[in-house]
Amino acid sequence: MKILVTCKRVPDPDQKIRLQADSREIDSENLPYILNPFDAIAVEESLRIRETHGEPVEIVAIGIGVEECDKTLRTALAMGADRAVLIPWDSFLDPWNVSGILEKIIQRENPSLVLMGKQAVDGDSNQTGQMLAARLGWAQATFASRIEFQSGGKLKVERETDSGIETLGLNLPAIITADLRLNEPRYASLPSIMKARKKPIERIETSELGWAPDPKVEIINMSMPQTSRKKVRLTDISDLVARIKEALKTN
Amino acid sequence: MKILILGEYEKNGMKRATQSAIRFAQSIDPDAEIETIVIGWQMDSVIQDFKRWSNVLIADHESLAVPTADRYGRLLKTIVLERNADILLGATTTFCKDVLANAAGQLGGAMVGDIIGHDNRDGELLFQRPMYAGSVVATVRLIGTPKILTVRPSSYPPSAETGEIFTTTKMEIDAAVLPDLVRYEGLRSQSSSRPDVTEARVVVSGGRALKNSEDFETIVGGLADALCGATGSSRVLVDNGITPNELQVGQTGKIVAPDLYVALGISGAIQHLAGMKNSKTIIAINNDSEAPIFDVSDYGMVGDIYQIVPDLIKAFHAD
Ligand SMILES: Cc1cc2nc3c(=O)[nH]c(=O)nc-3n(C[C@H](O)[C@H](O)[C@H](O)COP(=O)(O)OP(=O)(O)OC[C@H]3O[C@@H](n4cnc5c(N)ncnc54)[C@H](O)[C@@H]3O)c2cc1C
Ligand SMILES: Nc1ncnc2c1ncn2[C@@H]1O[C@H](COP(=O)(O)O)[C@@H](O)[C@H]1O
Repeated sequence: MKILVTCKRVPDPDQKIRLQADSREIDSENLPYILNPFDAIAVEESLRIRETHGEPVEIVAIGIGVEECDKTLRTALAMGADRAVLIPWDSFLDPWNVSGILEKIIQRENPSLVLMGKQAVDGDSNQTGQMLAARLGWAQATFASRIEFQSGGKLKVERETDSGIETLGLNLPAIITADLRLNEPRYASLPSIMKARKKPIERIETSELGWAPDPKVEIINMSMPQTSRKKVRLTDISDLVARIKEALKTN
Repeated sequence: MKILILGEYEKNGMKRATQSAIRFAQSIDPDAEIETIVIGWQMDSVIQDFKRWSNVLIADHESLAVPTADRYGRLLKTIVLERNADILLGATTTFCKDVLANAAGQLGGAMVGDIIGHDNRDGELLFQRPMYAGSVVATVRLIGTPKILTVRPSSYPPSAETGEIFTTTKMEIDAAVLPDLVRYEGLRSQSSSRPDVTEARVVVSGGRALKNSEDFETIVGGLADALCGATGSSRVLVDNGITPNELQVGQTGKIVAPDLYVALGISGAIQHLAGMKNSKTIIAINNDSEAPIFDVSDYGMVGDIYQIVPDLIKAFHAD
């Protein structure tokens, strides 16, 4: 079985984001980047499937973006992915266009399962997996918190919804997007980081894939919302009670 | 303009999130032809309620009894094309994120999610949406039609009832043309007597300070009950199995904006703030006077929640 795992390079979520002077983009100077946390969970899940699956499993990590994405893909390789593909692209891509490139890659690679993050924590779109499933006409399970292989190529997926945990049965091929509680990603050991240096990262140009951009979302500008709060410190329970009552009364 | 709204309901009526989506539709174009789509099976009482808010398009069929993205997505695509709709929208909920993005993948991909504001600039719609866990708000425009949108309910108040009863149209459903890629096997939810965290006027949330479910129930639940509010939690407690995932507030959980948000033993990580920073009044209790949550709070008290909160609950019960 072949599993494709998508890997996006995103700013470290613990860092403060600043904007460029023209307010059209974030200032990426000196910003540390990591593998999107949800994609790390997807990579981890593919490794667990390989470890427990009866048959051989090949794991291919896919990244679309700037040249530095090869570092992100190295993270996936160090965790245990077998090989990686980088599709170079150096400007903004909306989910429709990312899913378009992924569709082309899938036609080339023929995986039976695609594991993705439920959302990239930079754009927070939460759309790419669903659009990809729609384009391919494949089974879709978003927000997965548990994946279980059953006999005959069937899968049972638990997914986290606003109203509780839903269980779906799927046949392959399928697109599954990972939620936070699917697993806890491992840290790559030093030997596996060394080994990952030797693993191949293939580069495929979008033109080779027969793909041309078809933008749907244009970012016109960005701003940093400022909320000002009173920030009053209280020491008496009676003051706290009074403030709570006041908050309940307004309106 | 023709706008279709994907409706959501519980036992007998429309969810408030959908009423917010209707309000949004009315505010982007007061002259819009609005129709709310209700999908499911045997929904008579639900439909009675839906008629109070807008025209209703009913897709009532056994093959639609459970919400799977492949079927609902395909159905929505068909409806949008048949109706020649300009916009298909819903609230930002797990249901709409799952189904509408799938529909968008079949309808050309002009989609923007989690809208918190909009403008009409020279006849063109611009949308505001948060990015980077809400540290940035982007203004975007969509290229192409139909446009698929999800709207953050806390940014648009529920639509007002006018007393008017709207018309309903029932669709013919041909189950044979609907895909069958996914089997729905059930839903496990922890039933709670407290209000939904996204709909409550008061939310009391707990963080890592809470050591187990019993303490969560006594301290966070106790205060929530005293204030007739809902309970919420940080991701840490959900990870530790202390609270169910439906309670998680934040970038990757639920977005809330109640009149009062009380944060108990929560540090104030940006991912948590993303889910609650638009609350009207924020009160924090934390034993670390440097905790970042105090920077986004109106009122803060430094101290141990295990000592302060029981006294607070007593004070409210004494009234
Ligand atoms: C991709 C990603 C997505 C995430 N999404 C979310 C999300 O949606 N929601 C979310 O909440 N988090 C999310 N997180 C996690 C987030 O980064 C923080 O780790 C989390 O919010 C911290 O939870 P906490 O405040 O409960 O715990 P901590 O940060 O450990 O804070 C506990 C606080 O309790 C105080 N405390 C301890 N004991 C007491 C006591 N007895 N009395 C009073 N105060 C006490 C401490 O001083 C401390 O400030 C996400 C993280 C990532 C990477
Ligand atoms: N540029 C990219 N390269 C690789 N994977 C991506 C890229 N953009 C999005 N994805 C995948 O799609 C998921 C959802 O992203 P989004 O819809 O943008 O929130 C992410 O978790 C990734 O797995």
